[in-house]
Amino acid sequence: MLSLVSQTWPWWVSGLAIALIMTLLIFFGKTFGFSSNLSNICAMLGAGRLASFFHFDWKKEQWNLWFLVGSVIGGFISVHWLQSGEPMRLSAATVADLQKLHIPFDGKLEPSAIFNWQFAKTARGLLMFLGGGFLIGFGTRYAGGCTSGHAISGLSNLQVPSLIAVIGFFIGGLIMTHLFFPFIFN
Amino acid sequence: MKAVKYILAGIVFGIIMVKSEAVSWYRIQEMFRFQSIFMYGIIGSAVIPGIIIIALIKKFKLRDVSGLPIQFLPKDRRWKKYLFGGIIFGLGWAVTGACPGPIFVLLGYGYGVMLLVIAGSLLGTFTYGALRDRLPH
Repeated sequence: MLSLVSQTWPWWVSGLAIALIMTLLIFFGKTFGFSSNLSNICAMLGAGRLASFFHFDWKKEQWNLWFLVGSVIGGFISVHWLQSGEPMRLSAATVADLQKLHIPFDGKLEPSAIFNWQFAKTARGLLMFLGGGFLIGFGTRYAGGCTSGHAISGLSNLQVPSLIAVIGFFIGGLIMTHLFFPFIFN
Repeated sequence: MKAVKYILAGIVFGIIMVKSEAVSWYRIQEMFRFQSIFMYGIIGSAVIPGIIIIALIKKFKLRDVSGLPIQFLPKDRRWKKYLFGGIIFGLGWAVTGACPGPIFVLLGYGYGVMLLVIAGSLLGTFTYGALRDRLPH
């Protein structure tokens, strides 16, 4: 039974599972949208005293913060008990492209060449992690949602604004990957 | 304890994110380089059943577990905020290889550097909140 979960999943199983999580939250009377938590945490830390945008009762959104806590635990469970032991099967073209940027493919979830404190402490590392995080936080709130809120919940509800947001996600992602990456990872 | 069901849902979500490899920086690169169907397959196979499920909920006017009618609020019909905000988020998504959910899943997975991404994202969200009235929506 456990090996059924720990083996590598075909993409359609993953997609269906995500649709089921969305459905579960709908039947709990909630909406699947993770980035709202960033606002909730700001409000919880007292940002409401500095900006009226955070002047709301974050306790009403507590359920989503519990969902966040669960997601951290889920990551922990996955690494300790649900590893398949097989390396990821990334496309050969991507492996070759990343090699040119001096980011070797090591079969793990994240490239060990980048995802370590030594790199994070360099100027480029700080720019990537802190700066990238800033863009995520600023952009998701500006757009009113992230991948879960727009690409999954919004598109499932046939919302044109969500389609515009998703197109924006791709414009940004393509610009970063194809124009900025050669400068960042060189 | 109401919290328990949300924590459990979050745990399942975290496991799905890892096992789907949607949290992987490599997979996001593969997607933005159009070199595999993998991530598109995940999004497509989430959205197509999602459309059917939501349509059925609306058609049969289903209620949630507490007996209240399920409502779907339409997003407001502006476009600038979705496009501009979307582009800014996309830049961050590609460089960190993670969107808001995976940032936290990866922290649990043991990638401590995600703390920097979390700090950045909170700072970014706060900055948006502070500048909101001066931005085009």
